[in-house]
Amino acid sequence: MKLIGKLAIAAVALTGASALAFWWLTIPRTFPGEVVAAFPPGDAAEGERIFWAGGCASCHAAPGGDGEARLSLAGGLRLKTDFGEFVAPNISPHPTDGIGAWDIADFANAMQHGVSPDGRHYYPAFPYTSYARMIPDDVADLFAFLKTVPAVEGKAPETRLGFPFNIRRGIGLWKRLHLDPAPVASIEGASAEVLLGQYLVEGPGHCGECHTPRDLSGGLKTGEWLAGAVSAEGQGIVPNITPQGLSWSASDIAYYLETGFTPDFDSVGGSMVDVQKNMAMLPAEDREAIAAYLKAIPGHPNGYPARR
Amino acid sequence: MKKMIFAAAALTFAVSASIAGPAEDREAMMKSFGGALGQLAPIARGEQPFDAAVVNAAVEALNANAMKFDVAALFPAGSGEGTDALPAIWENLADFEAKAEKFKADVAGVAANPPADQAAVGAALGVIGGNCGACHQPYRAKRG
Repeated sequence: MKLIGKLAIAAVALTGASALAFWWLTIPRTFPGEVVAAFPPGDAAEGERIFWAGGCASCHAAPGGDGEARLSLAGGLRLKTDFGEFVAPNISPHPTDGIGAWDIADFANAMQHGVSPDGRHYYPAFPYTSYARMIPDDVADLFAFLKTVPAVEGKAPETRLGFPFNIRRGIGLWKRLHLDPAPVASIEGASAEVLLGQYLVEGPGHCGECHTPRDLSGGLKTGEWLAGAVSAEGQGIVPNITPQGLSWSASDIAYYLETGFTPDFDSVGGSMVDVQKNMAMLPAEDREAIAAYLKAIPGHPNGYPARR
Repeated sequence: MKKMIFAAAALTFAVSASIAGPAEDREAMMKSFGGALGQLAPIARGEQPFDAAVVNAAVEALNANAMKFDVAALFPAGSGEGTDALPAIWENLADFEAKAEKFKADVAGVAANPPADQAAVGAALGVIGGNCGACHQPYRAKRG
């Protein structure tokens, strides 16, 4: 009896300690107030470039749209993955359905810590793991730009996943493993152009989120950076864009990002169509920088199994 | 007897050609589009000087092939199996056909008024190229 009693107490204590550890490890972490206070005032004109570089419209505008439709950010796109179906929210400046009531602290915490204004973790389908690498100026400029696009009514449905992924608090553990704002590729003697490309690709462009294979926990295998991956949406593969997988010249890559034509005159396809439309909106130097970076990174064998 | 064997062989050939046909035909047609665009792009990129003869020939070839783009013949139901053509084509056939028609109309528009300088070649490629992505986004499997 005595022993059972002791065991029971130990079990309760252990459960309590685990719960406490889980609670502590998974606290949504945000920027300290003084860091956010030091964010510069945003410039909407500059922010447009970051908007296109960041590919916001690819998920938050209706797919396949052109022109003004790409600035209608009502969300609603569904990303069907092995973890469940993620729904992109309304990020138009609508005061209740979108992010019109947010301040820069809300925005920066969402973009770079993956935490909502009410203190919940966002699922990493929202690529804050990449956006975490953005410089404060660009975050502020993007926020200023997002205030200038049309406010669209209508809330997108909530993302609902099955157990255990429905426990958002668990994302806190995932972030401890996979949220790291440090640059990924180490490139010796990188030129200013390559460094700009690195920033655009690894930060706002979030290219690695689809072009890099993921481990079982859904984190990017940074040792196979940009080596290509089985598509998270299950259909087909996303190509290897390291020098070992992509033989195109820097000029070919830049031209592809501008026009959607491959060097052998095939065309861009799949979800890259919207990405390319965004990239076409950037200044030519940005596309050239991305190309220079892709030629400078280490090559890797394909990060996906051989086809058929 | 010889005639019969020949006829049987010819029939076998015809049948197998019509089974394997549409996918190969459409791939050949896509490649022909690529060939024509490949004449235009180096001019748009400034890698080759503008040459009206080259541009006109490429645009005409593209238009001639585009006019043969017949959805019913190239994408009969059930011809997606084992190819990059996604089932979405046949689930949204009206949209697919509309996109094919828009492509043909845009190419015909360029052919009716062929680009007369380097900048116009680039603009024409932009008009035509948007159609490629518009279909390859929802209707072609991702590949590497």
